[in-house]
Amino acid sequence: MRKTSDTGGLRTLGWDGLIQILLIGNSVVMLAPIVIMVFSAFKTNAQIFQSPFSIPDFTHVASILRVWNETDFLLYMGNSLIVTATSIALILILGTMAAYAIARYEFRGSGFILLFFLAGLTLPLKLAIIPLFIQMRDFGLIDSRLSLIFIYVATGLPTAVFIMTGFIRSLPNELEDAARMDGASEARIMWSIMLPLVRPAMVIAAIQNVVPIWNDFFFPLIFIQNNDLKTLPQGLTTFMGEFGTDWGVLFSGLTLSALPIIILYIALSRQFINGMTAGAIK
Amino acid sequence: MITAKLTGRRLWIAALVVPPLAFMCLFLVYPILSAFAYAFYEWRGLARGEFVWFANFHRVLFEFPFSERTVNAFKHNIFVFFALMVLQNGLGFILAYCLWRELWGARFHRIAVFLPVVLSTVIVGLLWKLFYHPLFGAVNATLRGLGLGSLAQPWLGQDSTALTAIVVANAWHMVGFPTLVFLAGMQRIPSEILDAVRMETESEWVKMTKIVWPLVAPSATVVFTLLFVGAFNWFELPFIMAGVDGAPHGATDVLGLYFYRTAFGSMSASAENFGPGSALAVLIFLFIAVVSSVITVRLRKREIQL
Repeated sequence: MRKTSDTGGLRTLGWDGLIQILLIGNSVVMLAPIVIMVFSAFKTNAQIFQSPFSIPDFTHVASILRVWNETDFLLYMGNSLIVTATSIALILILGTMAAYAIARYEFRGSGFILLFFLAGLTLPLKLAIIPLFIQMRDFGLIDSRLSLIFIYVATGLPTAVFIMTGFIRSLPNELEDAARMDGASEARIMWSIMLPLVRPAMVIAAIQNVVPIWNDFFFPLIFIQNNDLKTLPQGLTTFMGEFGTDWGVLFSGLTLSALPIIILYIALSRQFINGMTAGAIK
Repeated sequence: MITAKLTGRRLWIAALVVPPLAFMCLFLVYPILSAFAYAFYEWRGLARGEFVWFANFHRVLFEFPFSERTVNAFKHNIFVFFALMVLQNGLGFILAYCLWRELWGARFHRIAVFLPVVLSTVIVGLLWKLFYHPLFGAVNATLRGLGLGSLAQPWLGQDSTALTAIVVANAWHMVGFPTLVFLAGMQRIPSEILDAVRMETESEWVKMTKIVWPLVAPSATVVFTLLFVGAFNWFELPFIMAGVDGAPHGATDVLGLYFYRTAFGSMSASAENFGPGSALAVLIFLFIAVVSSVITVRLRKREIQL
């Protein structure tokens, strides 16, 4: 943020140097495991054990092809996509509805409703897994994607409502009032005038939820037993078990699973960092 | 006319608010309230039996073998909390301070430190499990490469190191989160204050301990509370890396694993212990709720004083 090297001379320079070394060291520790993982995906078992840190021959894609062709990797990926996309869509639709009503209209109980959603931020639903399990069984939703989608929507809504209410409140009244004078209906005002302005908050709410939902392991573990419905994190544990001794395949599986989100993150790092820390930074 | 318009608006607001509220009630509030009710019943598999008052709680807290496991798992959670406090949040604060100085390459370092955060716990757990392999893993290979081969050991295979090894993997995975929350707190410190301090002292240490640390107290409250909740909810990473029994010999058993095992562990044998499981869930939930609100209130008080 601010440079102090002009005030302290050598001493400050030394301090900055120390910090620079610490940061570089930390980045090495953060990145090395990921680099080793990707490198190992291109190695044979023997190469992984003999020279774990060497740069591989990137044309050796046998392990990657095995994961691609012989395991259900693509199936799991598809399931994760379906579950995540549906959940995010529902979170955004329902979250915007609630946030819009709370932020744009004065009505009795609006404060209470906001508090109700905020309370949801802190409830660890994991601990209610026994009632959830019984409830889902009664609804006939065990071994169904809907069980996951419903849970993700319920856990994702509080953050979405929290982020979007704050944002929608900050939007100016003038456009809305003008449209109301012209006789536009409330639905029309929301859809054509306000919603286009809400998009930035929707992006943050989407990113904040997409990572935990895409990565979730716990709820599929409980609710999905059918292999055809398993999500990527859950499926990954299955085929890591099957290929337990072939490290080339194991690292390829991990690399293929991690790569989509790593690439997305590197491309959109600013949005990811803002999105994922938005709830914690007020 | 006016009343018609008002009713119309009321209906419109209800149409917006009711569906999301219904979702929350059905899949969040109702299950959590039920969790409290279920703990007071006897369970035969999935069938609810008699109302048994505090019998389930009594079993979990005072009756062998439950009681011993409860205490063992609870102790491990406390260790995990303090270890992560130092490793994850402590390092996070130092890293945030380093990044805040905006030295050359800070943007790159910021992206690097947060990269593992976006990875799935499953990927992180499996990756580190491979790294910790006693013969072929990268951790021991690194030690050998540094000439520290004598320190190589079966990290996940022995009681003395297994839990710490998982904690280290967790710290690698999540350290980016407190780092960026602290960094955001530091970036909000008004520059007038920093300039004033610079007139008073040249010591970076004084600046850090007397000014930066107190002024990022709000970030610290958030980060401490989240870590506390996370540490006592801990499940995925030990499940992936050590297994549901907390291998070896329960050395990595934590409340999350123990709760899952009690409730669903023997599902194939259709002998779930939903009663004690529910009691355990309620106890963990109450503990988290009470302690985290105490932490928040106490730390918030500190924020105002400073």
